[in-house]
Amino acid sequence: MTQSLALNVSLLSCLTVIIAAIAAPMLQHQRTIQRALLCCLVGLAGIFSCVAGFTGLMYGGGSILLPFGLPWLPMHLRLDALGAFFLLVIGSLVLPVAIYSQGYLRHEKRLTPLAIFLPLFILGMMGVVLSDDAFTFMLFWELMSVSSYFLVTHEHQHPENRKAGFIYLLMAHMAGLLIMGSFATLYATSGSFEFSTMRDAQLSPLWASIAFLLAGFGFGTKAGVVPMHGWLPDAHPVAPSNVSALMSGIMLKVAIFGFIRITWDLMGSGDFQWWWGALVLAAGSSSAVSGVLMALQQHDLKRLLAYHSIENIGIILIGLGLAMLLAHFDHNTLAALGLIAALYHTINHALFKGLLFMGAGAVLHSTGSRNMEAMGGLIHRMPWTAALFLVACISISALPPFNGFVSEWLIFQTALMAPQLGGALLTAIVPFSAAMLALAGALAATCFVKVFGVVFLGHARSNIAANAKEVDSWMLVGMAIPALCCLLLGVLPAIFIPIIDHVPQLLLHTSLTSAANGQAIDATQWLWLTPIDAAHASYSAPIILFGILLLGGVAFWWLHPKGTTIRRSKMWSCGNPHTHARMQYNATSFSQPLRRIFTDLYQPDEHEHAERHEHPLLTTRVKYVVHVSDMAVKHLYQPIGHVTLWVAKAIRHEHQRGIHAYLTYTFATVLLLLAVFA
Amino acid sequence: MSASFAQQIIDGMAALTLLISFALLAQHRMLSVLHWFAAQGLLLAATAAVVAYSSGEHELYISAIMTFLLKGLLLPWMLWRVIRKLHVHREVEPLMNSGLTVIIAITVTLFAFHIIQPIEVTSDLMTRNSMAIATACVLLSMLMMITRKKAITQVIGFLAVENSLFFAAIGATNGMPLVVEIGIAFDVLIAALIFGLFFFQIRNTFDSMEIDTLNASLIHKDEDE
Amino acid sequence: MSSVFFQCFQALLMVLLAPLVAGFLSTVKARLQNRHGAGIMQPWRDIRKLFAKEVVLAEHASWIFRFTPYVVFTATVMAASVAPALLLHTPLSLTADVIALVALLALARFFLALAGMDIGTAFGGMGSSREMTFSALAEPAMLMSVLVLAIGAHSTNITTMVTHTLTTPLLIQPSIAFALAAMLMITIAETGRIPIDNPTTHLELTMIHEAMLLEYSGRHLALMEWASMVKLLLFATLIIDLFMPWGISSEASLIGVALALVIWLFKLMGLLIILAVFETSLAKLRLFEVPQYLGTAFVLSFLGLMIHYMLEVGV
Repeated sequence: MTQSLALNVSLLSCLTVIIAAIAAPMLQHQRTIQRALLCCLVGLAGIFSCVAGFTGLMYGGGSILLPFGLPWLPMHLRLDALGAFFLLVIGSLVLPVAIYSQGYLRHEKRLTPLAIFLPLFILGMMGVVLSDDAFTFMLFWELMSVSSYFLVTHEHQHPENRKAGFIYLLMAHMAGLLIMGSFATLYATSGSFEFSTMRDAQLSPLWASIAFLLAGFGFGTKAGVVPMHGWLPDAHPVAPSNVSALMSGIMLKVAIFGFIRITWDLMGSGDFQWWWGALVLAAGSSSAVSGVLMALQQHDLKRLLAYHSIENIGIILIGLGLAMLLAHFDHNTLAALGLIAALYHTINHALFKGLLFMGAGAVLHSTGSRNMEAMGGLIHRMPWTAALFLVACISISALPPFNGFVSEWLIFQTALMAPQLGGALLTAIVPFSAAMLALAGALAATCFVKVFGVVFLGHARSNIAANAKEVDSWMLVGMAIPALCCLLLGVLPAIFIPIIDHVPQLLLHTSLTSAANGQAIDATQWLWLTPIDAAHASYSAPIILFGILLLGGVAFWWLHPKGTTIRRSKMWSCGNPHTHARMQYNATSFSQPLRRIFTDLYQPDEHEHAERHEHPLLTTRVKYVVHVSDMAVKHLYQPIGHVTLWVAKAIRHEHQRGIHAYLTYTFATVLLLLAVFA
Repeated sequence: MSASFAQQIIDGMAALTLLISFALLAQHRMLSVLHWFAAQGLLLAATAAVVAYSSGEHELYISAIMTFLLKGLLLPWMLWRVIRKLHVHREVEPLMNSGLTVIIAITVTLFAFHIIQPIEVTSDLMTRNSMAIATACVLLSMLMMITRKKAITQVIGFLAVENSLFFAAIGATNGMPLVVEIGIAFDVLIAALIFGLFFFQIRNTFDSMEIDTLNASLIHKDEDE
Repeated sequence: MSSVFFQCFQALLMVLLAPLVAGFLSTVKARLQNRHGAGIMQPWRDIRKLFAKEVVLAEHASWIFRFTPYVVFTATVMAASVAPALLLHTPLSLTADVIALVALLALARFFLALAGMDIGTAFGGMGSSREMTFSALAEPAMLMSVLVLAIGAHSTNITTMVTHTLTTPLLIQPSIAFALAAMLMITIAETGRIPIDNPTTHLELTMIHEAMLLEYSGRHLALMEWASMVKLLLFATLIIDLFMPWGISSEASLIGVALALVIWLFKLMGLLIILAVFETSLAKLRLFEVPQYLGTAFVLSFLGLMIHYMLEVGV
């Protein structure tokens, strides 16, 4: 039992959310105070977990035995580098979301359910990260799942929200079952629920593979890996936007945490088999590409962002898969690089996806719609939201000098540096996944040009967009914090990477900063990011940013005529300025080329109808309807659903037999049990 | 010519052969399929000549010349005549879309590399590297036969399989014995002639060159009887 | 100190030479088509004229629209000054490796596409949609072909890659040939030349790049046009750097750099003449054949990579 400042602060943050969950609902009749208290306590918890995460990474954590839990198994809590890193991720998004919620929830009628479940949801995530035995882990895991179910169905008056919530609950519990199976496998070998015992136990390759597969499918379902992602695009859009930000920003990351905890920590990189990494890499590549391809065809803003979460989870998995492959082949330094790249993308995605969902929430707040086809020109009505949203768009599109680029660059470097791993299949899969990453990144840029262009640029396509108002300063500050972090993480990666580097130190016993590796990454050299050494690859975001600002400034100062205002006129539009706002390219038309190129993947359901009332040659009205449904839902979920229903129908007949039939079942069961165990 | 330089040239030619196999798969027009097929024949002849020169096996010169005449000139010319007479030079009708075909082709290539690698290491011939590529070419030509509708493309696919096998033979053993090679060459020639005769016959009988139509007609016949 | 001087000289040269390169290309094309052509100084005259003209903005153009020409120009010039053209070890050559360089160009394209959508005309949106779609498909092919070289050199820094090519003995490497072919195809696509896009026409329904610039005028248009010329020169320099760097100066001396300049100009002219021949002899592709073209480039470079592993390294 070693206690430290970091551990105590993390316990304090858990305590704060527990207080929030108890105190805030009591103030049911004073909505203003209730909202203020909720946001204040949650924000405080966010600050505490940031502090705990940071100090835990820098100065080490500790462990504690709580005096409650099961009679024979008190709760083990422990803060190590891995947990501390994810606690930092949680805190860095919870704080801005709390500030944002103060504005966002202003007009919320039913605040009390949120006041109960939001803190419980955050408590669940913190608990998972801190837990040090399988029982505690599962307890907090289920707390997270169930409370987020209530948050998803917060607006339960709409039937589609209830349906989304049901699918979410179903799949979350399937995932929970698989994870429990994975822990059971580990328990069978180690004979204990405590992580410390599990860590020491030696698994046979077969059992290790079983545990890996169970954990992979369990956490993969929760993280939204294709094809287990069915719940995600339904559940994220219907939750309140601040909750969607948390779910997409950190809940998916907690699943990644669980996966790393079981595979890297409890089983250890010595147990890895070559196909584990290849499988993770393949899952990551397919998630990244299919996630972004599906996102491109959406016109519901939040649903689009939800598909992008699938893409980014795929990118994280590409990094993890590379690291697993390299660790198996004993290239530990490169494995550490891959792991750091994956973790860096984890925190980056938490920040920019949180920001994007908050921005979508701001748009929803002031227009009342999530439909992109009704937007347009919001940059004139909501200039600050637009600017902050643009930061997130550039970050997620992996463009310099923002943070998304740094992590994708690190993943590319890992893939490039990977030596030949033996076998043509493995040799090919690494560069192929790098190519898929490039494709996903470029398609993401396409998608966010579409999002920003359709929502914020051009003319308003409807009255709701024409009458939108800028959101209040709480929400703007809530969005400004992650935007600033995106820039900082993008410009100064050489400062942040040594902090993350403690995680590979824990898991691989090697690090990029250690002297043995020639101090590849040096915190004092904040100017340069050189993953292995400068001759291999280097990137200097500060110089590039400075160069762009300098050159752009000089060009502007030199070219801009002083003292005159620019003449404004009607748009030219090739000599036809009298166009209607609905003649602009919208979300559906923007993605038409891709829909045509990938017809076989999308299998779009298109209907075209031209009305010609007066004369067969005179078209008065053209109607075009296109619907792109998720192939996984169509070809995987629906058949499973049909089979389940069919089986249920078959069993239903059995239910209606008389008492004798039931007695026969009981008798047969007893006989069977006797035969098996006697 | 130093051994390593010859090896480089052979490797380069192996790479080109693989490229041609992909190009054959990706063509849209019958005539360009034929052009690529002729190019493959010429390349094969050149490879045989280079191997002959560098390994000093003079028998290979004869097979190089034979390959040049037969696969580079005669067979393409015969097929060209068939195509012109039957008026089938327009579109090659694939069964699958081209993107999927190429993905399968890449997978097949990888599979071939994966399988052949362990064998290659044991060889000490300077042509050993081309074994995997030759195998990949055989598989790709078979893929071409599977994915195309027209009978003529299937014949070209068949001939391309033979080309690749010849390449594999050069790669594996510096060429087969001359007698065997001459025999195979004549077999191929006769086969091509018979195919040609069949094309005309089929055309006269069924009025179409598509495999599906042929099947349907045969089935109808069965029912009629 | 002298390397800093040469760095500035090289960057300035890239920017100032770019219009001449475009002019040279169009003159060669004109000669190939039995025309006289407007001379290689014509792009310079166009740019000068545009700088003198007044800017007219659409009524509801946002700050993105005014901001974009500067971002596009700066990012492109920044990328151009990173690539070594004359001197191998320049101070800026370490700031961005080849991936970061491509990403800088992607940043420029991102803003260009946003500006295309800002005014809200049908043409602008059309151009943005096509440009982003096709560049997304070009990206993996580009990465793959760079990868073939990067894996050989164990580096993505252009300087190291050039050094690697210079120091290894000359071999027939089919993988490099494949990568070069793919890279040429990608260059044509990325710089918007025939058969992908036609840079000399406006108001054609298949246009891509020009459709986004339709609303620009005056100095904004000049910056945009200039940036696209710099981009053409940058891609040509990249091809020279990666595939035929012989002649580049490895030390910062006046004679070495002068010699390198002459050799570089010759290689550049050769490359541009090849490009001009391509452009004259090919017809523009149908819009939806472009994905197949880019797919071919990807398959080429992927085969190059596999062949590199199979033939040249030996697993």
